[in-house]
Amino acid sequence: MNALEFIIAGMLAAATPFLLAALGEMVAERAGVLNLGVEGMMALGAVIAFIIVYHGGGHLLGFLAAGLASAALSLVFAVIALGFRANQVAVGLAIGILGQGLSALFGKTYESLTVKGLPKLSLPWLSDLPVIGGLFAQDVVVWLSLAATVAIWAIFAFTKTGLVVRAVGENPKAAHALGYPVIAVRFAAVAFGGVLAGFAGAYAAVVYTPLWADGMIAGRGWIAIALVVFGTWLTSRIFLGACLFGAVSLASLAAQATGLDVNSQLLSSLPYIVTIVVLGIISSNRRLLKLNGVASLGEPFEQ
Amino acid sequence: MSALSLRFLPVLVRREHASLAIKLLAPPVALGLATLLNLGLYLLMGRDPAAVFRAMLLEPFLSWASFSEVLLKMGPLLLIAQGLAIGFRAKVFNIGAEGQFILGAIFASAIPIWLPQATGQWIWPSMLVLGALGGAFWASLTAFWRVRLNANEILVSLMLALVAAQLLNYLLLGPWKDPAGFNFPQSVMFQYDAMVPILIPGTRVNVSLLIACALSLAAWLFMQKSFAGYKLQVGGLAPRAAGYAGFNEGRAIWISLLIGGFAAGLAGAAEVAGPLGQLQRSISTGYGYAAIIVAYLGGLHPIGIVFSALLMAALYIGGDNAMVSANLPVAAVRVFQGSLLLAYLVAIAFVRYRLEWRHAAQGSAP
Repeated sequence: MNALEFIIAGMLAAATPFLLAALGEMVAERAGVLNLGVEGMMALGAVIAFIIVYHGGGHLLGFLAAGLASAALSLVFAVIALGFRANQVAVGLAIGILGQGLSALFGKTYESLTVKGLPKLSLPWLSDLPVIGGLFAQDVVVWLSLAATVAIWAIFAFTKTGLVVRAVGENPKAAHALGYPVIAVRFAAVAFGGVLAGFAGAYAAVVYTPLWADGMIAGRGWIAIALVVFGTWLTSRIFLGACLFGAVSLASLAAQATGLDVNSQLLSSLPYIVTIVVLGIISSNRRLLKLNGVASLGEPFEQ
Repeated sequence: MSALSLRFLPVLVRREHASLAIKLLAPPVALGLATLLNLGLYLLMGRDPAAVFRAMLLEPFLSWASFSEVLLKMGPLLLIAQGLAIGFRAKVFNIGAEGQFILGAIFASAIPIWLPQATGQWIWPSMLVLGALGGAFWASLTAFWRVRLNANEILVSLMLALVAAQLLNYLLLGPWKDPAGFNFPQSVMFQYDAMVPILIPGTRVNVSLLIACALSLAAWLFMQKSFAGYKLQVGGLAPRAAGYAGFNEGRAIWISLLIGGFAAGLAGAAEVAGPLGQLQRSISTGYGYAAIIVAYLGGLHPIGIVFSALLMAALYIGGDNAMVSANLPVAAVRVFQGSLLLAYLVAIAFVRYRLEWRHAAQGSAP
């Protein structure tokens, strides 16, 4: 398998934690809520899933519990940021620190232990194609994440639910005047983001690299938040951005495997550097951000 | 909230005047709340809450030996938090102080690593200055990205902090590794003149605590008394008004980030030129992130921050105590820090709002 085939085959799996977390954050931001606690929610989901799978609870239960735990953490965020109208940036940071702390606390006795990942499900015929065949052999979570991506896109494109979420984010006063429960919609959007962040963490810990190490999320939650900006709050672009980051993280591995003499610390920081560069390029297009951005993002709602 | 209104819940109603009493009470109330929550968690983990409470919150203050360690830890937290608070007031969210701290440590270490034979009392002050410039340099990247490229400073500064950690790894595994250090990722030990002089004999507390206190005073003068500080605050409270008044937003962002980076870099320099005496991988145990909590808990006010820095430093020392005496994982300190900030954010909501119970029959009046 050459480097290109390696990247094509592994890209979607590497992209999945980014994709799930970013889509969840996108939904919350579309409703006008900036939750910066993604890193902590992912870390909590990761450790919960790992513990359950390690003790033989199975992947399904692991994912469900991870989603629930991260949703619970996101609801703490919602109560304080939306209920008590606290500064969303500060609450998000605190949730991030709390989540990472809980993750380290629960995971302490599991350090360096491993679990079994998930088998690949291949699409017949397509997965035998040369070069791109690997793209069609993925584990079940990747397939479900792709389905979820399409579903979220469809909800925002075609349904009233999607429209209500956007209205609440664009103009909460008007949405309130029309009789929509602004705070309830925001709570739901934040909780949805929490569930997806939990799934993202679970995928990272029990499928993608099924080995427990403290700090294993390694900034992926923050990159997911950046991805929402890259994708200008659009599902399709966020998907492309997640694939880009999946490919970048694999390119580092591929470079090392082929014996290319590149400094390993430079390779480890490549995703962060790419984030900084892309963030600069996209954000400098102020018109694009204004056009697609969420008008009330981060602002508390008072009726 | 018409249909889904949860009528049994009280609602927040805006006060006519912000309550100063609650503003002052919020930090101790938050501390009490966070303590209760965390003691409950320790109980669930099968630890003796009374023993943990004693080790974590009382012992740091009970002996001079451990209190002097609290003062030592307080230095960097105080420095970083004072710098950050100025930015936070201007609504410039530099959360990458950890990276600026690391760059400060790296810049400061360059002098003793490149000039190991040098002697003279000029060395440690130059290290502090160079470290502060290093931190400011790292923050300037974020400022450029924010002002010129319109990029979100939260994300850029955090990403740069992650890059800084890798840069530190690179130096310690490569060019700056101590050749006689048994392959440990650390630099050579610095010479005597590279060390900041001890302030209190018999302890490790050095002159940098004095510098941190002096800069706290400077921060107070800057924010409360100077026109430049006033402009920053207006920019944070009412960006449009600041715009109409002709206050330059870009300049406010540059000033905020440079001050934050300068202070964090100085703190990083003082760590390597102080208690550590060499550049190590573990130079920062999350000071940059803890300082965010310190800044908020101190009400973003230079005087409040002195107290919150002392508290947070005691928590670090107390966490170490509890790890030894009550077998509590060190991660418990992070859990405590996170819940402390959350509890504080709830408590300060009552500065501006009060709770009001409404009867089901009564509609929600505007």
